[in-house]
Formats: sequence, structure tokens, C-alpha cells
Amino acid sequence: MSVGSVPAGYEVKDPGYPTPEENYLTNSRGLLTWVFTLDHKRIGVMYLVGVSLAFLIAGLLALGIRLHLFAPDGWLFNNEFFKWLAPDKAPNDIYNQVFTLHGAIMVFLFIIPSIPAALGNFLVPVMLGAKDVAFPRLNLSSFFLWVAGAVFFVMALLASGLDTGWTFYTPYSTTTDTSVILATSGAFILGFSSIFTGLNFIVTINTMRPPGMTWFRMPLFLWATYSTSIIQVLATPVLGITLLLLIAERTMHIGIFDPEYNGDPVTYQHFFWFYSHPAVYIMILPAFGVISELISVHSHKRIFGYRFIAYSSIAIALLGFLVWGHHMFTAGMGSMTTIIFSALTFTVSVPSAIKVFNWLATMYKGAITMTTPMCYAIAFIFLFTIGGLTGLHLGTLATDMHLHDTYFVVAHFHYVMVGGTLVAFLGAVFHWWPKMFGRMYNELGGQISAVIVFLGFNLTFLPQFVLGSRGMPRRYATYDPEFAGLHAMSTWGALLLGIGLLVALVVLLVSLVKGKKAPANPWGAATLEWACTSPPPFYNFERPPVVGDPYEFGDIQWDAASERYVKIEPKRETVPSEKPAESPAHAGE
Amino acid sequence: MATTDAGHSATADHSADSHGHDHDHPSYLAHHFDTPEQQFDSGKLGMWIFLVTEVLFFSGMFCAYAIYRSWRPDVFEGCSQFLNTKLGAINTGVLLFSSFTMAWAVRASQLEQHKKTAALIASTLCCAMIFLGVKAIEYSHKWTMGLLPAGLFTYDPSNPHPVGGPNYLAYICAPFAVATVGIFIWLVVSFLRGAKFQFECAKPILVVFLCFFVGVGLGTILESGGSESHGTEHAAHVEGGEHDSHAEGEHAGEGEHAAESHEQEAATEETAEAAPTEAIAGLVAPGTMVSSDNELDVIKRLAADTTNTGLQGELAARQAQNDMANGAITYHVYDDVSATVAAAEENVMRKSRAGVFFSIYYCMTGVHAIHILAGIGVLIWLLVRALRQDFNKNYFGPVDYVGLYWHLVDLIWIYLFPLMYLIR
Repeated sequence: MSVGSVPAGYEVKDPGYPTPEENYLTNSRGLLTWVFTLDHKRIGVMYLVGVSLAFLIAGLLALGIRLHLFAPDGWLFNNEFFKWLAPDKAPNDIYNQVFTLHGAIMVFLFIIPSIPAALGNFLVPVMLGAKDVAFPRLNLSSFFLWVAGAVFFVMALLASGLDTGWTFYTPYSTTTDTSVILATSGAFILGFSSIFTGLNFIVTINTMRPPGMTWFRMPLFLWATYSTSIIQVLATPVLGITLLLLIAERTMHIGIFDPEYNGDPVTYQHFFWFYSHPAVYIMILPAFGVISELISVHSHKRIFGYRFIAYSSIAIALLGFLVWGHHMFTAGMGSMTTIIFSALTFTVSVPSAIKVFNWLATMYKGAITMTTPMCYAIAFIFLFTIGGLTGLHLGTLATDMHLHDTYFVVAHFHYVMVGGTLVAFLGAVFHWWPKMFGRMYNELGGQISAVIVFLGFNLTFLPQFVLGSRGMPRRYATYDPEFAGLHAMSTWGALLLGIGLLVALVVLLVSLVKGKKAPANPWGAATLEWACTSPPPFYNFERPPVVGDPYEFGDIQWDAASERYVKIEPKRETVPSEKPAESPAHAGE
Repeated sequence: MATTDAGHSATADHSADSHGHDHDHPSYLAHHFDTPEQQFDSGKLGMWIFLVTEVLFFSGMFCAYAIYRSWRPDVFEGCSQFLNTKLGAINTGVLLFSSFTMAWAVRASQLEQHKKTAALIASTLCCAMIFLGVKAIEYSHKWTMGLLPAGLFTYDPSNPHPVGGPNYLAYICAPFAVATVGIFIWLVVSFLRGAKFQFECAKPILVVFLCFFVGVGLGTILESGGSESHGTEHAAHVEGGEHDSHAEGEHAGEGEHAAESHEQEAATEETAEAAPTEAIAGLVAPGTMVSSDNELDVIKRLAADTTNTGLQGELAARQAQNDMANGAITYHVYDDVSATVAAAEENVMRKSRAGVFFSIYYCMTGVHAIHILAGIGVLIWLLVRALRQDFNKNYFGPVDYVGLYWHLVDLIWIYLFPLMYLIR
């Protein structure tokens, strides 16, 4: 169906939206119109730039880690340059700070806001057919809170670094002389940014749906965003109070977490993971939503098992609250508790597997076009499956005793976070790039970037499964020579992954200058964001959109004459003018 | 749902002008909403979700309270005696009344009774300020006694009311005094310049800030009413929890230790009140080593949770100390040990378990007080808008939302009061 011309007996039904002279990028000019904008699309673009910068910093730190681990006794930070840069720090201290900041920046500044805040802000109202989110000012303030949180992290980086690991475990975090307070204040502020974004999306989806947009006509990306928002709203406040208590512990020694003052560090771990485990689903659920869209659109086939995918997002969001203890199997919780947490952990695999099976079933007998977004989506399914299945090894008590705090864990969560979320994020950016900026990128360049990212990623993290199962502990700056070969492979892989990401960035940036003008619907998708022009006008829709089935591709056809996707309908013999113009109130019924 | 119906009816006007800046859009209706109902429903749902996050924010501390109370019930029983139930009860009443005036203000704004709305919001603000004034008395009194979070805890039962410390009450009152003077100047200036609306705003706000000092006065009167005798009672009680007081020496009760000691305290309260502070303090001063089997039982029970390494160390120190008292070890033979024990003893005194109770007390009531302060800020904004007559029967959302927030702040206090002050 994807390639061809309008079949006999059908005619082009042009929605006839006039191309507006101005779009959201050009309707007002100057830096201040961006800084004080209340337009969700501009806020989304600002988030996109922000999280990309955060990703760049944290990615460079990751390269630093890998380059240091190139040799058993450490390589990069042993260099004279670092002695000059930080004369009072040993190479291993620098390593500790680098891996901590890599984790903290990646988690708090990149992964958590990446898809929900950057793409979600741009897409949620447009996909829904609304003019904006419910609280535009709150939306802008949550972006500025993100900036403030980022400033705190940069200050921590410049002041005296951070070497606690991104988890800030007590009692070390109450005694180390690095900038724990700056970093935790940053994370506290970022928590509020995340809460406000989630709150905004929940209210938007509940109250801003136009007539005809029922819950089960929503694109699955919105279901995923909704589930994510539930977690953001319910889990993040607990992180907030935990970090606040940690700050109080450091400044006043309140004795809640610090054993020296009769506190209990395991209580801290419970508090922390009560947020941070659900936060893992904040990171992955939006990626699920993206993949549901990408797979369906680029297979030109109705999504298989819509309701199952929708409900499984909610199920993951709720089950995610019951499994935090699996991060603490070795912390001394008691055998009954660990068994219960282990059993609950396995239940999460059910809704996750439902999604993977549904995506595969969607692709089956679909008219797959291997566009760049589809390449990333297929890479996602492969990598996420490995990441998810190795999670079961870690959820099993007996194997976790052996694998806890080894590279196996590192490899597992990178397969989910990078192989899952980052790859989905890239796929999403390539998918919606024409909509956001109105330009088509070089398709071949995009596909090459997807292949390099896929190969580089696997070369980096597959060896780490082997390292971990052979007993290489995580977070160590040096290691036994027997691990050298696998570590070197991993480092080369990281460099390759870096090259792939660079290619992707270049392809996208070049498209802004040299890209062809994007049509309204370059992929033949049926969701509402493709019904408005590319880029969308300030108010998204020149007239209220006609809400249809988001996955009905039967009436979307490539028109060779005009080189774009068009909506077709059966030719009518009767006089068409008799039919009154479709009122939006009855649209899509 | 109301929104859907509203959405249907709104679509007709909407399609007339798709740009959202319809001429029939009232000034209070944001451009991206179709109807006032949709705007109100969105705001209300948003507020409820925000309140959910607030409850979860506090839930972390309620959790900490439950954990530490279950681990150290006697510490919590002993330490809660330091809290002044009278002041807590007054504050509870004040907050309950403020919730009543707030709810009434919502109704008045719906009925477009502008003056009444403003007056009721101002009454709510007055109650909030009285609450803070009483709180200032409570906090400053405890700080003077050294009843501070664990790391700063300096309470000395032999000298419960040290003199010459900083005047904490003055520090707390200073910003409020400055603000009050500032508002008074604003009032005078706006009167002289004939700025009528500003004058109308400044009047109630000045009254509101003066209410803080009403609260301070109220707190002072109630506090001084039973302060001294309370102080002594507290001293005896905390020693009961902490170091095993004289009275409990004879009581070798195991499980009922706490309850019995409490009865004992109640029985001796009359005499304790009459007795001079020094006499009781002398009996329980840290210098007098009153270690007994009973005390060790308590500590052993507390140390049963192996996760707490701090307590294990303390237990070892107490054991050694007990051995010394029994003559099992002597100073001249075990010089090192005695030095270690002395150091450990000093640590135990500083890192008192009582401090954890006060940590939790200050965290919970402190974060609650911050919420009161935030509420005051928002209520002042609301008061100005009410005086400007912004609200009408179609647009009273802000009053409603702030009301919801205020009821939550009240509700949290309703939980804090019994948990902290009443449960013994």
C-alpha cells in the first residue's frame, strides 16, 4: 500500500488545510519570544536542545570512563593532563567522580526528561487535537526548573565533583567532601520539573480532548505518556523528601539515615528506590509509546492488540511501584521480603512481553519501509528484548547474589536505558523531525547512523555481560588483567557508538540547512499531528481536526503525481455538495 | 463529565474563529480553553493531583516516623512529653477555624459577595499567622533548651534551661517585624498619595501580620502557665527513656517498662512539681552513673535491630561501663578501655537517641510550617484579587483551588498533632 498511485474507483480527498504563512517557528522572532513563550511546541524544542546538551556532556563522561578502563591499571585519567587539571586528585578519584556524574546527569537531566518532556511537550497536544497543554505557564516553569536543576549539576561538577554514585547512598554521601548538597538540590529541583510536566499531561489528556477523541482513539504514545505521568506524579515526591532529608542529614545530622547518629542507611535505600525503581519506568514507558507509533506507521499496518498495549502501559506503571526491593536483595532485608519482591519483579515481565509480541505481530505481513525511524525501532525491539530478559536473571534471587553489583547489572540496564530509551528517542527524533522543523533529512545518512549505533552499542555492552558473569565488579577503576580483552572491546564499541551518534547529529543538523521541505504527512501516518502542516502553525490546527482512527491506514495512499501521501475515498457518483461539511462535533463517529 | 458536554456546545462558537482569540472569550478564560467549565475542571483536577504529590511528599516523613517509633517506642514516649499539648491544641483549633473561614470564602466568592470573600480570606490569613506565632514560641523554647535535631542536640538534664544562649524568639520574630513595619509604611504612603486600592489592600494585610504577634503573645501566656513544672517533668521523663531514672531503678519491669515508668511519673508528678529543679536534675545528671540491668535490657532491645551499627557500638560501651561499675574491670589495669569508654560515653551523650525524635519532629512540623508560609503567600495574592473583585459565579477557580490546598495543610496538621503530641 505504501508505494503506488491512487487505485481505480478512488479519488483524492484533500483535507484542504490552507498552508499558513507563519508557523510556530516563525510567528514571532527574537530570543525573548522563545524564553517567555507559552507555546508547548517551542518549549518542547527548548527541551530538545537542553536534553541534547546534557546528553552530550554525560556522553563525553561515559567516553572518559571507557577510555580509563582501556587498560587494567587505568589509562585516560593517569594522563599528565589530569594531574595538571586536578592536582589534588588521584586518577581513581577522578574516575569515581566521572562515573557518578555520568550516571546522575544521564538519569536526571537526560533520560527522564528526554521523551516525555522534549517530544511529549511537542506531541501531546497536537496528537490530541488540542491547542496547548492545560497549564502553559506551569509548562514553561517546569522547563526553567529543569534549567535551574542543570545549573546546580554544573555547579556541582565545577565545585568539587561528586563521587557517591548517582544513588547518593548513605552513609558515604553524608561523609564525602564532594558537592553532595549541590547535586541533590539539583535533583530535588529536577524532580519538581518532572512532577509539573506529568501533572500537566494528565490534566491535558483528561480535559483537553476534542469531541470525538475518546480514550481508545488516542494514539498509543498518549497512553504511554499518561502512564509515565502517573508515575512521575506518584513517585517523584518521595524522591523529593528523601533528598531533602539527605540534605538535612548532611547539614544537621538528623540521624534518620546516618548510623553514626542512630539512623539507618537501609531506610535510605528503601526511600530512594521507592522513587527510583518507578523512575526506571518513567524512562522506558515513553519509549514503548514511541515504538508503538513507529512500528505501526512504517509497517503501514494497524497496530496489533491496541487495547493490550494501552492497558499494559498502565499495568507496568502500577506494578512498577511494587518491585523496588529488587535493588536491595543483598542489603539484608530478610528472606521473606526478598522472595516477595523477586516474585513481584517477574510479574512486570508479562506486560512488557505483551508489548514486544504485539509489535512483532504488527510487523507481520505489514508493508514495511526501512526508513531511518523504522531501523531504530527494529533495533529497539532487539536490544530491549535482551535488556528485559537479562533483567529476569537479576530478579532471580539465587543468580542475583552472584551478579549483584557486577558488570552484568551495568550491561542489563544499559540495554534497557540506551538500547531501549536512547534508541527510541533517536527513532522518535528522526520520525518527528520533519514535523518539528519542516525539513527532510538524508535518508541514507540516517540509516547509516542507525546501523553504526546498533553495532557500536552491542560491541560496548555485550562484552559487559560476560565480564559481569565472570565476576568483574561495577564502578571499579582498575581490574585484573584477565578482563583486559573484553574491556578493550567495550571501549572500542563505545567509540563506535559515539561515531554513530555523531553521524545522526550531523544528518539532522545538515537537514536544517539543506533538507527538502517536508510535506504535511511524509510517512503516511494517520495520527493527528500529521494532519497539520509541517511545521505546525502556532495554534496547531487551522480548524478543529477531524478525529479518526489513529491506526487506519487503508485510506492513506501514496500519490505519485504530487509525491506525497494523500487521503483517498471511494469516488462518489452522487453530487457531493449535498453532504453537509462534517461538523467536528460528530467527527469520526 | 461536564467537560465533554461543554466541549460540544463550545465547538459551534469555536469553529467560527479557529484562532482561539474569540471575541466572546471572557477576559478570565485562557485562550486554549473553550469554556469556563473546561478551564475550571482542568484547574481542579490539576490541584487535586498536586495535592496527591503533597501527600506523598509528607508520606516519606510519616514513614520515617512509623519506622523509628516502632524501633524506639520508649524514646518517642519520653520525648513527646517535651511537646506542649496546650499549645498544640490551640494551634489545632486555630487551623480548624481557618479551614472553616476558607470554605466559607469559596462559597462567598461563588455568590459574588465580594466584601465577605475578602474578609473571610483575611480571617484565614489571620489564623495562619496566629499559628506561626504560637509555633515560634514552641520552637524557640525548645531551641533554648537544646532540644534540637540529633546532630545539634545539646539538652542537658542537669541544666534544662541554660541561660545566656541566643534569643531565638527574637530571630524568628525579626523578619515578621520588618515585614509589619514595611506594610505599615506602605499603608501610610498609599494613604498620603491617595492610592485608594493600595490602601484598601494594605489595611487587611497589616492586620494579618499583626496577628503573628497575637500568636506570639498567646503562646507566651500559655507556655509560662506551666512551663517550669513541665520542664522538670520533661527532664525526668527523658531520663526515663534515655538513662533510666532514679525512680525506675527499682522497677525491673521488662515489657511493661515504659508503661510502668509513665505511671510512676504520673504518680510522682505532684511532688516533682514541688521539688526544686536542681534536686531532680542532680539525681539524673550524666555524672551519676545509674547503669543497671534494667537499663541494659532497654538498650539491648533497641540494639536488637542489627542494621543499626551505631547502637551496637553504644551497647558495647554501656557494657564496658557497667563492668567498670561492678568492678569487673578497673581503671588502672585497662587505661585504654576507660579512655575509650569515656569517649564513647561522651558520644552517646551528644548523639542521643532523643535527637532522632526531635529530628523527625522538626522535619515534619518544619515542612508543614513551610507549607503554611507558602499558603500565606498565595492567600495574600488571593486577598488582593478578591479586593479587586476578580471573582464571579463563573470564575471562582483560584479561591477553590487555594481552599483545597489550605484544607490539605490543615489535614496534615490534624495528623501531626496526635502523632507528635498526644500518643504517649
